[in-house]
Amino acid sequence: MFKTIEELVALANEKGSVAEAMIQLEMEVSKASREDIIKHMQKNRDVMMKSIQRGTAGVKSVTGLTGGDAPKMNAYLESGKFLSGESVLKAVRNAVAVNEVNAEMGLICANPTAGSAGVAAGVLGAAVEDLNLTDEQQTDFLFTAGAFGLVIANNASISGAAGGCQAEVGSASAMAAAALVAVNGGTPEQSAQAIAIGLKNMMGLICDPVAGLVEVPCVKRNALGASQAYITADMALAGITSVIPPDEVVIAMGKVGEQMPSAFKETAEGGLADTPTGRRLAKEIFG
Amino acid sequence: MSAGQFRSVFDIIGPVMIGPSSSHTAGAARIGKIMRELFGEQPDSVDILLYESFAKTYRGHGTDIALVGGLLNMAPDDERLAGSLKLAHDAGIEIAFIPKDEPADHPNTVVMRLNKGDHKEVMTGISIGGGNIEITDVNGYPVTISAGVPTFVIKHQADSTFNKTIMDTLAQDGIKVAVSRTSESQNTAELLSVVEVDQPTAGKATDKLTVLPFVNAITFLN
Repeated sequence: MFKTIEELVALANEKGSVAEAMIQLEMEVSKASREDIIKHMQKNRDVMMKSIQRGTAGVKSVTGLTGGDAPKMNAYLESGKFLSGESVLKAVRNAVAVNEVNAEMGLICANPTAGSAGVAAGVLGAAVEDLNLTDEQQTDFLFTAGAFGLVIANNASISGAAGGCQAEVGSASAMAAAALVAVNGGTPEQSAQAIAIGLKNMMGLICDPVAGLVEVPCVKRNALGASQAYITADMALAGITSVIPPDEVVIAMGKVGEQMPSAFKETAEGGLADTPTGRRLAKEIFG
Repeated sequence: MSAGQFRSVFDIIGPVMIGPSSSHTAGAARIGKIMRELFGEQPDSVDILLYESFAKTYRGHGTDIALVGGLLNMAPDDERLAGSLKLAHDAGIEIAFIPKDEPADHPNTVVMRLNKGDHKEVMTGISIGGGNIEITDVNGYPVTISAGVPTFVIKHQADSTFNKTIMDTLAQDGIKVAVSRTSESQNTAELLSVVEVDQPTAGKATDKLTVLPFVNAITFLN
């Protein structure tokens, strides 16, 4: 089992790719066949793609706080008039779609959590559309994201309650960036640099959900986490590296999470949850 | 968080679940389903006592819907989950949600009182994050039952050969016992043991265990 990103990169260089290293480790840990493991991942991928479609068609959450932004983003994209890149905006639309489906009690695939499920799925959906990824490249994307996610989960955190939003959307954005690098022909080392670059920019991000619900600001943070994954991947593929090594960035993120006051860790006591509007909405929803 | 806690890629890319929260929705559905399996039949009335975070946010997170879905034997990825309250109503199950003010040992705690005629049981469950759960009390027996690990829950009389007999019987089918914990209740001399095993197909050994002289009742959870 790789414990650090350094070990993961070394193993990936030996096995050919991060995805291959992850698949072989999974076979060892779960005793399942390669075929079953890949099938399981394809099933998760299918759930992600379906949630993108469902959210883009338009949904509304139980509380009414979120829903309907994915169709807006889709119409904007189809207008052909926009400022940033098309792939980035597709990832943004997809991320919004998945999290709006999550909020309306639809079926999603957590990655790494339900609250951050839109980021990697959104980026994968855009990459499938724009890069003609093969079936194998699509699951490799997810095995790569999962491999780096395991290191982050075991050395820092992927839970908003334990580490703030940097641990959820921050981790998801870094994982998606690393996976995007891999399916675009980047090296395992470049994927590792994407993890460092992505996590650094999310460091310190608090988890401050209005009324304690996985809606505001989660949906929009997923969108921006997905857009950051694209930019991060481009930076890593350009050969830009992090001065602070990836493993040290992960440990630092974990420490920031521990030092973060509990008001900023999913308790709905600080940040946006503690605004006049946030408080009013909480009262309206829960009485 | 202890290092090395996550081992499978599917701990990170997964689970497939009904939103919006792995702890408040997926975990709640698991708790409901395990309690339903331990109860052994469909209850006709259930009181659901909610504590702390569960008490404060159960409606917005769909915790109520997920707990009832679980009681109807739905898994966290069952697309019928969102309609569980109506399905329970249609099935004639009376459900009462009771948010409690007093503190609990864990922020996401639920106590269920399940009834079917004279058959009454009380269980406590907690949702510990990422969709993982524990049942911590069954009818006054302090226990630790986690979903996801193949587990036998055995009601039995005190017998010094219990552990060895169970291990030997399971070994006939090539099943290894990972952990076995026995707990006592103040209400009765009967004991409750939670036996975790290494194989998801271990349920096939249930019949062999049921006929052991000291066993009163047995449930296999997977």
